[in-house]
Amino acid sequence: MLKRLPWALAGLPIMAPAIASAQSGIDQAISDAVAPIVNPIVSTIFYSVPIFGTNFPLIVGWLVIAAVVFTVYFGFIQFRGFGHSISLVKGDYLDPKDAGEVTPFQALATALSGTVGLGNIAGVGVAVYLGGPGATFWMILAGLLGMASKFTECTLGVHYRNEYKDGTVSGGPMYYLSKGLSEQGKATLGKILAIFFSICCIGGALGGGNMFQANQSFAQISSIIPFFEGKGWLFGLIMAALVGVVIIGGIKSIARVTEKIVPGMAVLYVGAALIIIFMNIGAIPDAISAIFTGAFAPTAVAGGAIGALIQGFKRAAFSNEAGIGSASIAHSAVQTKHPVTEGYVALLEPFIDTVVICTMTSLVIVITGSWVPDSGVTGIALTSKAFEANFSGFGYVLAIAAVLFAFSTMISWSYYGLKAWTYMFGEGKAKEVVFKLIFCVFVVIGASMSLGPVIDFSDAMIFAMAIANIIGLYMLMPKVKALLADYKEKLASGEIKKIK
Amino acid sequence: MSDIYVVGFHSTEHSSRAVDYAAKLAKKSGAALHLVQVIEWSPYSFHTPEELAERHGRREQELTRALAQVQPVTDELNGSGVSATCEVRHGHAGELLCSIASEKNADQIIIGRTGDSALAQRLLGGLAITLAQISPVPTTIVP
Repeated sequence: MLKRLPWALAGLPIMAPAIASAQSGIDQAISDAVAPIVNPIVSTIFYSVPIFGTNFPLIVGWLVIAAVVFTVYFGFIQFRGFGHSISLVKGDYLDPKDAGEVTPFQALATALSGTVGLGNIAGVGVAVYLGGPGATFWMILAGLLGMASKFTECTLGVHYRNEYKDGTVSGGPMYYLSKGLSEQGKATLGKILAIFFSICCIGGALGGGNMFQANQSFAQISSIIPFFEGKGWLFGLIMAALVGVVIIGGIKSIARVTEKIVPGMAVLYVGAALIIIFMNIGAIPDAISAIFTGAFAPTAVAGGAIGALIQGFKRAAFSNEAGIGSASIAHSAVQTKHPVTEGYVALLEPFIDTVVICTMTSLVIVITGSWVPDSGVTGIALTSKAFEANFSGFGYVLAIAAVLFAFSTMISWSYYGLKAWTYMFGEGKAKEVVFKLIFCVFVVIGASMSLGPVIDFSDAMIFAMAIANIIGLYMLMPKVKALLADYKEKLASGEIKKIK
Repeated sequence: MSDIYVVGFHSTEHSSRAVDYAAKLAKKSGAALHLVQVIEWSPYSFHTPEELAERHGRREQELTRALAQVQPVTDELNGSGVSATCEVRHGHAGELLCSIASEKNADQIIIGRTGDSALAQRLLGGLAITLAQISPVPTTIVP
């Protein structure tokens, strides 16, 4: 593997300065060239209908309605099964004989590193800026509902995964769409949905899972380190080299180091947020009342309560990816005697991502009074301002966190994209390296260009994954219900029992 | 039923001295030996998605490789008249040796002292101290 690395990365330095020197020209040219193709797709996927004087993107409704349906259909499993989920992650049901296999904890940690990212820092800033404090309420609600969607898709991911002779596994929506629907005699539909999903997944991996991450972390870094200003290509090259070393070179140690720092950063971030909340404990009742009144009768928010709701729902979906299908790919590798256990484990993901981490961010923004409507301070800048209000210099910590979160998200998405790629083009080392090279090139492009339409397009691709995925989830949910009933029976009969 | 000695096995010189010592003791007392090779592994360590997908296959490889080391030694012991069995497990060496000793109702645990290599240091250095603290049965550390 190592031998491939030099030539794999050699192409990048030649390209990047060229991109930089002609940046504005190329930027504009590419924007102009892709806009006519991309804009109709973006506006189709984010097709919005006016509700009470504000635009409601249908795709957000699509995700939330699905989450409500799964919540009701599975009898509020995210609340009734929460304790069982914790017990599974703690390893209470692990057979010591299976030691050395992927544990539920590891699958959850890996999937979380793909979802906890800029959405938790920057996305919440956008939600509160546009939707006011009330957006927090809707965000939490969307997070809680999304837990049922994750349960459904991750159970299916394990049940329909492929296990190969060499011991590797491949799973995810493309497999449950094609295999699950062919069981129902709808093989063609399954195949079409699986291919549609794979195309969108590759687009999403290169876009939202790569260019967007590189672009936004560069924005934060260049605002802190003046040296990098206007040198997006250099930042992109460094990131691409690091990503390439991990995914092409197979140097797992870098990923491991980052992934050890990422949970640390998450703890530091939540810890700092908690300290700020305790320091301002007197402001809590006011903040909570602002969140509730803001949720139902906001002032100074475009679109009123519906505006707050849309922002909250949209950012929650962006952040926790419930219903998108991506996490199902990471969860599929787990060792389990029953696929439903992974559904239980996965439902913790939106809880940690949205209900805990995103809520911390927005509480800090609300409590410190950093939210000023129409001030123009939004996104990561708003979050940064709120933290800086209590800890000066926290902007640096946020910048490092942003880069690390972006890096781990890229590693995860490179794998999701790769799985979609190999699903369409077949397994094989050469084919895999082609995709990984393309992925690295897109890191540089993402960091060095400000391509609005391309980034819009990549967001659209991620959400488009939900179109195929959720159609499949609706058709396969009776299967999940049968699996759940079987699992509960085995728990009751003692066939599956606590070891510890 | 004869006595059982649990022996921590690793393909290092120090470990083979522990095996020799255990064999000598066993010949005198008529005890049976149970060789345990532990592959250090934590259920909480972090993996990339790719590593997760390959994990099951890797585990099989690790088990095969380890068994290829411990099995010949076990066969040799049996050939020399010492009754011996072996197993390979993933996990924390100290905890596993203790739990296996309890499971087997063993009379003692025998391990080799820390070697010079960094790997042995990691595997056995901490192990001696751990066993000193939590072992349910007497433990012999062979220098």
